[in-house]
Amino acid sequence: MKFGIVVFPGSNCDHDAYYATNKVSSEKSQFLWHKDTSIPKDIDCIILPGGFSYGDYLRCGAIARFSPIMMEVVDFAKKGGYVLGICNGFQILTEVGLLPGTLMRNKSLHFICKDVNLKILNNSTAYTSNFGLGEILTIPIAHGEGNYFAEESIIEQLEGENRIVFKYCNSNGLIDDDSNPNGSLNNIAGIINKEGNVLGMMPHPERYSDRILGSDEGLKIFYSLINNI
Amino acid sequence: MKFISKIKITLRKGILDVQGKAVENALHSIEFPMISNVRIGKFVELEIEANDKNQAYELVDAACKKLIANPIIEDFEIELFEV
Repeated sequence: MKFGIVVFPGSNCDHDAYYATNKVSSEKSQFLWHKDTSIPKDIDCIILPGGFSYGDYLRCGAIARFSPIMMEVVDFAKKGGYVLGICNGFQILTEVGLLPGTLMRNKSLHFICKDVNLKILNNSTAYTSNFGLGEILTIPIAHGEGNYFAEESIIEQLEGENRIVFKYCNSNGLIDDDSNPNGSLNNIAGIINKEGNVLGMMPHPERYSDRILGSDEGLKIFYSLINNI
Repeated sequence: MKFISKIKITLRKGILDVQGKAVENALHSIEFPMISNVRIGKFVELEIEANDKNQAYELVDAACKKLIANPIIEDFEIELFEV
C-alpha cells in the first residue's frame, strides 16, 4: 500500500507522517506538492498533514482548500480513495466540505500540546479495525483551533450514523467535560464521512510512531489501513 | 466602476465567543465593569471592479460565502462605496 502526503506551505507534520507510514508500509511513501494538478495512480491513501498551511491566515485550512491539489484530493475521495486529515488536515477537510462542521478556537483560548486519551467508538472503519471497540488510544494533540462545532442536526446525524470515530475520554474511558481539552461538542476528536473513506482527527497518531518518541501507539491506525487496503 | 467594500465578520449569535469573553473579563478586572457582551470579529477591506453597485455586491457576497467567512459559524455584513 502506498501513502501520498500533501505538503502545503506551512505543513510541519509532513515528515512525521512520512516516517510513520514508511514504518508500516513496504512501499515508500511519496510527498505530493500542493501545486500538483494530478495524483499518481499508485497512491492508495492521501494524508493531509498537520501544520499551519498558509500561516492559518483568515481561518485554519481556508486557503489551503483552494490549493490546486485539493481539487484532485476531492476527486480522489469522491472515487472512494482514502483520505486522512490530521489536525490542520482535518481543518482543511471541513473547509473543503469533505467532512461536515468546523474547528473553532479552543474554549480556553490556549494552544494545547499534550497527550490525550481517545475512546474508539467505531472499529468497523478501515482506519480503526485493528482496535477493539471502546479501546483507549493515547496520542498527542497540538492545536489552538480544535474545538469541533456543527449544527445540532449534524451532530445528531454523526452520532446516529456512528460516524464519530474518536472521542476525548479520561484514562478509564469516561467521556466527560474534564477530559475534553478544547470544548469540542460531544467530546468529538475525529469523524468519518458516510462512505467511510475520509477521516479527520485533531490528535496526531504519526507523532507516536516510535518508542523513542515516547510511544508507537499511533501506528495502529496506519496498520489498520494496511490491513484493509 | 471601482468600489471599496468593507466587510464585518462576527461569530453567529448563540456561538460562544471565547475571545470576547476573555476581553470582557479583563475589562471587568480593570475599571470597566459596566461593559458587557463583548464580541470580537474580523474586518476585511477590499477593492472590486464591477459594472454597477448591485453586481459589486453580488460578487462580494459570493466571495464571502466561498472564502472570506465561514457560514457555519460566522455572519458577515457588507458595506460598499464607489471610489
